[in-house]
Amino acid sequence: MNPLWFDIAHLLAGGVLVLSLMLLYQDRITAVINVFALQAVVLSLSVGWQALVQSAPHLVATALIALVAKGVIIPTALHRIVRKLDIHREVERVVSGGPTMLAGLGLVALSILLVQPVVETADPVAREDFAFALAVVLLGLLVMITRRNAVTQVIGFMSLENGLILAATGAKGMPLVVEVSVAFSVLIAFIVFGVFVFRIRERFDTVDVNVLERYRGERREHL
Amino acid sequence: MQDLVAALPLAPVTLVLLLPALAVPVLAGLSNYRVSAGLNMLFSGLTFVAGLLMLAAPRSRSDFIIVDDFNIFLVVLTTFIGFSTSVYSASYIGHELETGRLTPTFLRFYHAMYQAMMGAMNVALVSNNIGLMWVGLEVATLATVMMVGIYRTPEAIEAAWKYFILGSVGIGLAFFGTILIYMVSSNVIGGGIPAMAWDEIVRHADRLDPKLLSLAFVFLLVGYGTKVGLAPFHAWLPDAHAEGPTPISAVLSGLLLNVALYALLRFKMVVAGNPAAINVGAILMTLGLISLLFAAFMLYGRRDIKRLFAYSSIEHMGIATFAFGLGGPLANFAGLLHMTMHSLVKSAIFFAVGHVAQAKGTQRLADISGLSTTHPLLAVGFALGVIAIVGLPPFGVFMSEFLLVSTAFARQPILTVLLVAGIILALGALLLRLQQAIFGEPHGKADPVKASYLPLFVHLLLALVAGLWLPDALVRWFRSVAALLG
Amino acid sequence: MALTIDLPLQLLQITFLLAIAPLIVGITRKVRARLLCRRGPPLVQPYLDIWKLMHKDAVVADNASWVYRRAPYMIFAATWVAAGLIPTYATGLLFSWSADLIAVIALLGTARFALALAGMDVGTAFGGIGSSREMMIASLAEPAMLLISFAVALIAGTTQLSAIASLFSTGDVGVRVSLGLALLALIVVGIAENARIPVDNPATHLELTMVHEAMILEYSGRHLAVIEAAAQLKLVLYFSLIACLFAPFGMATGEKTALALVVGLVTFVLKLVVLAVLLPIAETTVAKMRVFRYPAFVGSAFAAAALAVFLRFVSRGF
Repeated sequence: MNPLWFDIAHLLAGGVLVLSLMLLYQDRITAVINVFALQAVVLSLSVGWQALVQSAPHLVATALIALVAKGVIIPTALHRIVRKLDIHREVERVVSGGPTMLAGLGLVALSILLVQPVVETADPVAREDFAFALAVVLLGLLVMITRRNAVTQVIGFMSLENGLILAATGAKGMPLVVEVSVAFSVLIAFIVFGVFVFRIRERFDTVDVNVLERYRGERREHL
Repeated sequence: MQDLVAALPLAPVTLVLLLPALAVPVLAGLSNYRVSAGLNMLFSGLTFVAGLLMLAAPRSRSDFIIVDDFNIFLVVLTTFIGFSTSVYSASYIGHELETGRLTPTFLRFYHAMYQAMMGAMNVALVSNNIGLMWVGLEVATLATVMMVGIYRTPEAIEAAWKYFILGSVGIGLAFFGTILIYMVSSNVIGGGIPAMAWDEIVRHADRLDPKLLSLAFVFLLVGYGTKVGLAPFHAWLPDAHAEGPTPISAVLSGLLLNVALYALLRFKMVVAGNPAAINVGAILMTLGLISLLFAAFMLYGRRDIKRLFAYSSIEHMGIATFAFGLGGPLANFAGLLHMTMHSLVKSAIFFAVGHVAQAKGTQRLADISGLSTTHPLLAVGFALGVIAIVGLPPFGVFMSEFLLVSTAFARQPILTVLLVAGIILALGALLLRLQQAIFGEPHGKADPVKASYLPLFVHLLLALVAGLWLPDALVRWFRSVAALLG
Repeated sequence: MALTIDLPLQLLQITFLLAIAPLIVGITRKVRARLLCRRGPPLVQPYLDIWKLMHKDAVVADNASWVYRRAPYMIFAATWVAAGLIPTYATGLLFSWSADLIAVIALLGTARFALALAGMDVGTAFGGIGSSREMMIASLAEPAMLLISFAVALIAGTTQLSAIASLFSTGDVGVRVSLGLALLALIVVGIAENARIPVDNPATHLELTMVHEAMILEYSGRHLAVIEAAAQLKLVLYFSLIACLFAPFGMATGEKTALALVVGLVTFVLKLVVLAVLLPIAETTVAKMRVFRYPAFVGSAFAAAALAVFLRFVSRGF
């Protein structure tokens, strides 16, 4: 197989990772959603390319699911939610761009160092893709930790799931049935999220989850 | 019995999965809550019967479904507690409607979610495909998230949101571990569906790449460990237990934690099959002990009764995890017995707590006192439940803890001291906190309890019987499962 | 090869860059104007501007020191040399042994130093603001630039641009993730260094937002003309750097036949034009940033470059 093909697969995986890093320092909700949508598009490109490289036609289905669900439907729905909640102009203070960025780079380094020696037996392409996937997962976690807004937290979760898909396609011959069911459960998770965002909004008049802290079970007893 | 099973048009394992799937749309469409509560009971009962029929059906495997001794026992336990909880919930929700905490619309949703959760847990239990197992746990988690938030109070939403976020992260990491396992196994078995079949993976465990396998287990441990409620990944558990409807607390503690532990054990069997991989037993023992000791100390400061028992669940999950980490036929036996007994007793306690909370109109421990005067029968049930859960004889929890301690002393004397210390600490905490509630001077409001005590006493009776005498068949069976666990 | 051929070829490169730089700027302005539904100035307007400025008297502030008067020539010289070192249409030219990436960065640093000094020399408020902002940007852009060169050097095994370009043009290196990251970083650094939107707006004289324009506000006449020419050269420098590192096709790498040289020259011009069209398109889609956000923007270049170096460091596969 032409080595260039693998290089391109690699580059696309790297693109997903870079977009994850970009998610870290976006401070406007709409920008976060757009970066997330872009990440989903790059992800679907990457998966589609893997379908070509591995000559695994079922991956095309995965790519299409990623493109339609995460690249179009979910971002559109998020934009609508954000508009409906009237928070599309809100500027979220990220914990602080610089340290978060450094922490993100540290996580990328960590995941590569973690996967690198372990997966010696696997072929190098799969290994490096895997390191990227792990980094995307960890960065998704970081987004969830640093954000205080319910919507952006969930975008962190969805981008974490993008990392999972990346990992799943890197593993050769992952059965389609698994991927479809994963996509399905992600969709359910999204619906659950939608329900809760509206409930939080309805109760607290904001989607800043800091407000929720006040109602933690143990603290409530002091009231 | 065998003939009966053979005569069924569908295998019992299919029924166990199909019945809840059928129930979800039916219950979602019914607006009369009395009918739907009855149907909920009916479906849960039928699922339980199907689970019992599985005992008689031949063991089977395919790439997607596996039925072996280990999961049959858990399916029967799950469907039984699912059934008894549905009986309890039918009487419980009437009161919730009266107080206006729930509306009929929400009840429709509640019943549908209840069946979705039961079905998803059954999927997780009987699936041979490690991906499908993950899907089952994820759907079960999401269903419980919705139910925890059903009261829509600020606290409930906070608890549900925290549960959602932490649960999702856990489940995400678990999926990463699942993919890693698949990557290892596909190198040996070859790609495709067979490489995701659990029994195939175990069969080839010694040929799998040990380093990758170890890495995978770390992810699975953090992921499923979050669901089991092992410290330090337990943060969601007390909130979710305290703020949701009580029947949900009962199934969370009694079932979902078990199912997650089951998933973890399945992977433990894979990794333990490879001598070059990390020592899974030591990790599980450490986490189990940490959870036990942490929860035992946390029990002292609790002010909310449901939260108190949520920490008690962390404690007991720690004990079971410790037992499985120790390994060997006796410790595994003790672990299985402990899982079973904890499920029965803890759900019984939550039934009792639900009654107490309804009678007293509060979950605050300080406002609950003197149950023995105002509600004698309830006080008896509650006291028996507390005696059972702290591990006093003659209940089954005593049996399993005694077994565990005696075998652990021979093999890990130092750790066992810690184990015993944790158990005694928890015992002291629970007795201290609850003595007032049961025997103190009654004050505050004392509504009569309208709900049925039947599920509570049935569970306690079973735990009592198990503590006095385990049927030979059950012992033999537990032994074979314990041997399977290695 | 004889000096008689090499020397003219090198001289051609140097003079060609100087000659084409205003045209490239003219193209970016024209495209930008078209995108904004304006007709825009003619393509040759930058040439005319420089011509006009050359014929005007240079007004110099009373308290300006010699630094103020010498700085424009210094800026121009350093930038021109740096631009002349970058392989454009052919590799292995006469001076290519000295065409080191780090040398280019150092030359640009020298030019920036002179510019910042000149900005502060007269002692006006704007010059000071401009200089301090320029230095703030530079403090992140320059390390990023060095990291980019490390990333490239780790792949090519040398920092000499000519050797890198001929290696890359063979296609053996393939598509590398670290190169992709380096390209991303280089684009960001290029935008920041050339005072383009979203960091700076070359067309504005709004006091709160100026960076580059603030430093040269006091200049006039031939001084201004020289500084303008240097700024145009710098843009072309970054364009040709991107072209030579990331799109080295078409360059005359082997025997310098007439045909190869013509092909090289034509493709080089085409690359410049494509970049000159893409830049304003990108510029019109974003809004200018506030000054506080520069560090995040330029820092992202630093982060990407650091990531590229790191990836390359741990594995040959990246």
